[in-house]
Amino acid sequence: MTVVSVHGLGKSFAGIAAADGMDFDVENGEIFGLVGPDGAGKTTVMRMLAGVMRPDRGSIVIDGIDVLADPEAAKQHLSYMPQRFGLYEDLTVDENIRFYADLFEVSRKLRAERTGPLLAASNMEPFRARLAGQLSGGMKQKLGLICALIHTPRILLLDEPTTGVDPVSRRDFWRILYGLREQGVTILISTAYLDEAERCTRLALLHHGRQRYCDTPERLKAMMPGTLVSFTSRQARAVRDALEGQPGVLGLLLYGDGVRALLDDAAKRVPGLMARLASAGLDSEPPRPAEPGIEDLFVALLKDEES
Amino acid sequence: MRPLRLKAIAVKEALQILRDPISLVIALLMPFMQMILLGYGINLDVRNLPTCVFDREASQDSQALLKHFQASPYFRIVETPSTYRDVIRALDGGACRLAIVIPPDFSQRIADSGGSAVQALTDASDDNTANIAIGYAQAVVGAYAAEATAGAAARAGLSTGPLQPVAVQSRVWFNEDLESRNFIIPGVVALVMALVGAQLASLTVSREWERGTMELLVSTPVTPMELMLGKLAPYFLVGLLDAAFCLCFAVFWFKVPFRGDLLVLFLTTSLFLVVVLGIGYLISVAIRSQLGASQIGLLVTMLPTVLLSGMAFPIDQMPKAVQLVCTFVPARYYIAILKAVFLKGSGLLELWRPVAALLAYAAVIGFFAARAFKKRLE
Repeated sequence: MTVVSVHGLGKSFAGIAAADGMDFDVENGEIFGLVGPDGAGKTTVMRMLAGVMRPDRGSIVIDGIDVLADPEAAKQHLSYMPQRFGLYEDLTVDENIRFYADLFEVSRKLRAERTGPLLAASNMEPFRARLAGQLSGGMKQKLGLICALIHTPRILLLDEPTTGVDPVSRRDFWRILYGLREQGVTILISTAYLDEAERCTRLALLHHGRQRYCDTPERLKAMMPGTLVSFTSRQARAVRDALEGQPGVLGLLLYGDGVRALLDDAAKRVPGLMARLASAGLDSEPPRPAEPGIEDLFVALLKDEES
Repeated sequence: MRPLRLKAIAVKEALQILRDPISLVIALLMPFMQMILLGYGINLDVRNLPTCVFDREASQDSQALLKHFQASPYFRIVETPSTYRDVIRALDGGACRLAIVIPPDFSQRIADSGGSAVQALTDASDDNTANIAIGYAQAVVGAYAAEATAGAAARAGLSTGPLQPVAVQSRVWFNEDLESRNFIIPGVVALVMALVGAQLASLTVSREWERGTMELLVSTPVTPMELMLGKLAPYFLVGLLDAAFCLCFAVFWFKVPFRGDLLVLFLTTSLFLVVVLGIGYLISVAIRSQLGASQIGLLVTMLPTVLLSGMAFPIDQMPKAVQLVCTFVPARYYIAILKAVFLKGSGLLELWRPVAALLAYAAVIGFFAARAFKKRLE
């Protein structure tokens, strides 16, 4: 069942399109990722979905409700977590939860039933009486999520929820998201972290305000032209510079222990590249095939588009 | 309008007031400071006016006249120069505001022609005080003259018939002691209400923008009406609390008479609070920084309330054009009500005009305030 349906969505600021040509459908129970670098238009799309910003063109239908025609009705079905911490720092954890529960008219009884498990799942139980302003970044995000979930929304919109969050809290956060997915909550998440993108069921890749590709991570990787190989070297930077612009090299990405190169035909190109490195005085093992990540994919696909 | 959402906003806002030092200072300390500063600071009474006397005759008669000046509570003789030059220096230097000069032939002239003049020089750089000083000086000299005439008549063995065929018998109403404080303090109450109401309300929406809490708030189903009423409800209570404090302070500390009905005061104060909170809320919606909003709030409440509301300067003495401007200052109606309720004990019937004006203001501002906020980010 399609829960979120976006068609031809666009928004411009002072004549410049912050988002354009957004087209995707999200099925019930998906974790759908909006992936792209800063300035790709992720936040603009999220705000339009949340009904807090009016699109210039296109349509959004959430749970059968036309968001442009009746944003207030759609707000009953969804929860939105903005990128910037939106809770009250001068209110305690409990007071913030209560505030959002009351705004969604959750009864006192239901609030009490839901608060306990949510606090337990996020290891926030000991901090109920602490002011939100005195929580760490990760705990703030978890509190944001608890407040977003207190009215059991059908759809959750998360705008870069894990930016600046420590790894432990990030793991907690994703564990909660998987749990929600099992309960049938549909999640739209934006992220600039490509390792997180791989955890999504489907992705839309955003670049310069436009939607480029939209598919499952696996199928997106399969779209990648050529093959990915990994050169292991202590002089990674020099290796990259030596390989730059060589025939058959579609893309290069620097890693801590070497360089990943995207080649149009690995069997044909590797001997020539090894010779190039040897002549530059750089020692390197023969490259091994590498499993592409979303980051490699992103670089490859965008490079492909530019040429 | 959903009661639970309204309550959520009101409770949240109340907690924020209690935890915000700036709001607390505005709500609790400002009324106290205003009452003290303005209650003591603005005093239009002329008493103990520094005076110098230049007695060029130094006779029994001239000394008798000066005794009258010494006995008057309005004058305080600070200097007795012996040359005109010293008199001028005293006036120029501000050592005295009034100089009395008695001519060298004072007694002689009274004896010869039955009348003499006394010179009063006054520093009219403050014209109001100068006017009052001259009036008082005339009264003192008049009292002396009446006494002298009566004395002369008695010595001549004449019956003291009616010396003045017509005399004004004045009785002062409402502010019997002619204390300017009784006239000022009710106005200060209005100023406190206006300042506290508009200042606090001007912070309430801009705070959400500034702290980044607005984006989440507008993504919830809360309606603009619930937001406005919920946010202003705690400030309304703070305003009433401050009004009660000001009333007690005025009555028990400054001893301003309160002759009216507490209910009338409560009703009209509530009405005025609706007006100033509405103004503050409109400013807060329009301006997204707390500092900017509170500055504008101060400007649109403080200046008109001090200058154009009849708090200290009577409106009917102003030029016609300024009087027209005053019509648009809501505080003037509330101040008229306050003065009448405090000093005259007026009820709602006598006050129907200013009450109707405040009602109209509350309706108009409420109308615009309810529509001002849009649940959008742009």
